[in-house]
Amino acid sequence: MGRAVELAAGVRSGEVRAADVVEGYLSAIDAREAEVHAFNLVLADAARERAAAIDAVVASGGDPGPLAGVPVALKDNLCTRGVPTTCSSKILDGWRPPYDATVVERLAAAGAVVVGKTNLDEFAMGSSTENSAFGPTRNPLDVSRVPGGSSGGSAAAVAAGFAEVSLGSDTGGSIRQPAALCGVIGVKPTYGAVSRHGLVAFASSLDQIGPFANDVADAALLLESIAGHDPGDSTSIPEVFPSLGASLRAGVEGVRIGRISDLPAGADADVEARLEAAFEALAAAGAEIVDVEVPAFTYGLTAYYLIAPAEASSNLARYDGVRFGLRVDAADTNAMYTATRSAGFGDEVQRRIMLGTYALSAGYYDAYYGKALKVRRLIADDFARAYERCDVMLTPASPSVAFPFGSKTADPFAMYLCDTYTIPSNLAGHPAMSVPFGSGADDLPVGVQVLAPALGEPVMFQVAAELERRAS
Amino acid sequence: MTWTHEGFEMVVGLEVHVELATNTKLFSASPNRFGDEPNTNIDPVTLGLPGALPVLNRRAVELAMRIGLALGCEIRPCVFARKNYFYPDMPKAYQISQYDQPLNVDGSLTLPDGTVIGVERAHLEEDTGKSTHVGGAGGRIHGSEASLIDFNRAGVPLVEIVSRPDIRSPEQARAYVAELRSILAAIGASDAKMEEGSMRVDANVSVRRPGEPFGTRCEIKNLNSVRSVGRAVDYEGRRQVDLISVGEVVRQETRHWDETDGRTHTLRTKEDADDYRYFPEPDLVPLAPSDEWIAEVRASMPPLPSARRACLAEATGQDAVSEAVSTVVDRGQDDYVHAVVAAGGDAARALIAVKEAFADEPASPRVPAEDLAVLTQMEVAGEVTSTQAKTLLAEIVAAGGGDARALAAAKGFEAMDTSELESMVDDAIAAQPDAWAKFCAGEAKAMGAIVGHIMKASKGQADGKAVSAILDARRG
Repeated sequence: MGRAVELAAGVRSGEVRAADVVEGYLSAIDAREAEVHAFNLVLADAARERAAAIDAVVASGGDPGPLAGVPVALKDNLCTRGVPTTCSSKILDGWRPPYDATVVERLAAAGAVVVGKTNLDEFAMGSSTENSAFGPTRNPLDVSRVPGGSSGGSAAAVAAGFAEVSLGSDTGGSIRQPAALCGVIGVKPTYGAVSRHGLVAFASSLDQIGPFANDVADAALLLESIAGHDPGDSTSIPEVFPSLGASLRAGVEGVRIGRISDLPAGADADVEARLEAAFEALAAAGAEIVDVEVPAFTYGLTAYYLIAPAEASSNLARYDGVRFGLRVDAADTNAMYTATRSAGFGDEVQRRIMLGTYALSAGYYDAYYGKALKVRRLIADDFARAYERCDVMLTPASPSVAFPFGSKTADPFAMYLCDTYTIPSNLAGHPAMSVPFGSGADDLPVGVQVLAPALGEPVMFQVAAELERRAS
Repeated sequence: MTWTHEGFEMVVGLEVHVELATNTKLFSASPNRFGDEPNTNIDPVTLGLPGALPVLNRRAVELAMRIGLALGCEIRPCVFARKNYFYPDMPKAYQISQYDQPLNVDGSLTLPDGTVIGVERAHLEEDTGKSTHVGGAGGRIHGSEASLIDFNRAGVPLVEIVSRPDIRSPEQARAYVAELRSILAAIGASDAKMEEGSMRVDANVSVRRPGEPFGTRCEIKNLNSVRSVGRAVDYEGRRQVDLISVGEVVRQETRHWDETDGRTHTLRTKEDADDYRYFPEPDLVPLAPSDEWIAEVRASMPPLPSARRACLAEATGQDAVSEAVSTVVDRGQDDYVHAVVAAGGDAARALIAVKEAFADEPASPRVPAEDLAVLTQMEVAGEVTSTQAKTLLAEIVAAGGGDARALAAAKGFEAMDTSELESMVDDAIAAQPDAWAKFCAGEAKAMGAIVGHIMKASKGQADGKAVSAILDARRG
């Protein structure tokens, strides 16, 4: 049973007070936040008030919900009513959303207690959280190293015990890669399983919100709490989201685990070794390991770096200084746009806006964006063929363990390679999750990625739970 | 209706934007209402706030489908696309529109004279906000001190109707716009008020010698009335011919119609044109109206103006292209005329009465159809003169109804018999001998003085037509 599951059970039964629970996490924040910098904003007072209100509900015989009193951290690209939402960018300076994201509403309805807004690579563009306008987050397991990104703050907050669970967003690996580097569970759900309403868009056709947790069971509970149809998001899946509880205890007897024989090379030896160990552990638990081919997997990175920047160039055009956020005054409107956007966006965001604008330009569309869409279809087709022969696939979540600060900042492409194994699931709209499975170099955690077909979360969690049992 | 200038003909295609008559916006629940206090009908989607997502308005799709069906278009599965450009009144810096896969394609519009103008497409898109530039000359952004933006209009549903380049004269351009306006109002898709901007027209104009390929076209913006459309197209055609005649070339550009000086002026050249970087809108799913839905919309369609004109023309014995028929149909008062006829009224007189006296009345006038029927019957039976009938009609319309017989009796109206008129004519000729002499000498104008005398003597009760007939007969 996960710690969040236990906490909620204790609070709902009245054995544990939410107020005491939240104090415990707030003191952990007091002790180490200055060093880790997981948060853009700690909401200590609001968390205390909320915990007291939950205790009052329990005292009056009510049920605050399945996440009663569970401290949760939110990536700072999730809109929170009246509370600054920055995307770790100067361009959103001073902006307070007039509404809550759907996931924030659902967490509140489930009784969770929000403790703060976590740091990220600006507009979720990056793999190390070094692209934050407010300074990097440090990996709690080794503060000389990055926590991964872009949801580095949310991963670090869970790893450091600042919150029991957290939410991030994953466009090309931004939940799974930091989860791997911080040694926690990170889940990117099926595209459309979780409403994007209130998630500040990076690349709309790829973005998906998902949970971080210390336990597979907690990740399942959090995902069940936020998933489900939302009429406010036109891309939200109308079907009822499957229940995950039974999967956690089902074991993997007879489950077919795909090993991608033509997986792009590039993972470090220590990571490769842990992936091998994971296959062996699952085989020992009764799973069948089958070799599959996903030829287009290798083109995922290239297609992604056309599609995601193309959508981003359009999504980020609204930051024009006219209606909200930063405005740098200038002689005329066009000069004001340029001054505002040059001052407000960091280098990586500007680089991707330029990449995307170019990819969509007249005369280049077919060669770049158009071709990338074809690759996207190929990947989906290749996955579909592979899933005729297996139920899930296993790959590394990240090619390496957590790397030192500054080691990839001079070479954007080296940083982009961090997402080699995570990107194809985003392009296909499939679920995938990272599960810690032992350690690699310097005793740092390695994450194994479990990939499943659309709405294959039950079997994905089934395998993840087995990996978790066999990791220790 | 042909236009030629120094051996050239004009080729015109029109792009018409119409605001749909929905209660709410295309992608959010804010009211779609003209004339409210600025920035009151707004919400996170309208303002393009971070994290806001569009949700398609079903009613807007239905009205767009109505337009497609009215124009004989094929309704097809379609995709929304983003049209990217920066402008302060464009909140997201992209407009959600449709690009290579529009909702309605391949239709046509038949002008009242029978000319068929092709319609290439009619697609759904959202409107922008409205900028007001203050402190500069003529409300233009150039030289202004500040710009005010009202986002009430942002996100209002539009359908852009793109004609094929089948129009060949200013008259056809005007007729196309007028007929389209009638259709849009009749099917309830839009109030189509050009003066309020709920229907806006851009014209693509080029010229060529007949039989030659199309010339270079210019797009003319800011056409705010049917009359402007005709004037601007005519001016632009002549301008292009005059350029070519002196050996110059027409440059492809966007031009602004200036209503006051009656000319078009360069707004921007092709080189300044934006690259809109269209791509499929990832926040929306493709829209594929089912056959059942299309059938439902088709079944809900009211008859089109052309059919209504034909029906009214037949009922009243008038020509379908007559001004009375088209005016009454445009006002939507044709059903009322049919009701007056059904109540026993005289069809032709009812049509004229409604056309003349019901301009300020709604489509369903307040005057009971029976009341108007009685009045037309009295006129046919000669119980009142046409002049008296006009007086009674004005009173009945002003009062929202009334018993014509009782009103006529109260006023002492009764048709004068011929002998009474004859004696009045005798008196008038005796009183106006000079006028009579001139009239007999062939000066038609002189009749006015004699008729005026009779009208005065009869306190306006004499039937003008009958008096003229007597005078003509006497002159021999």
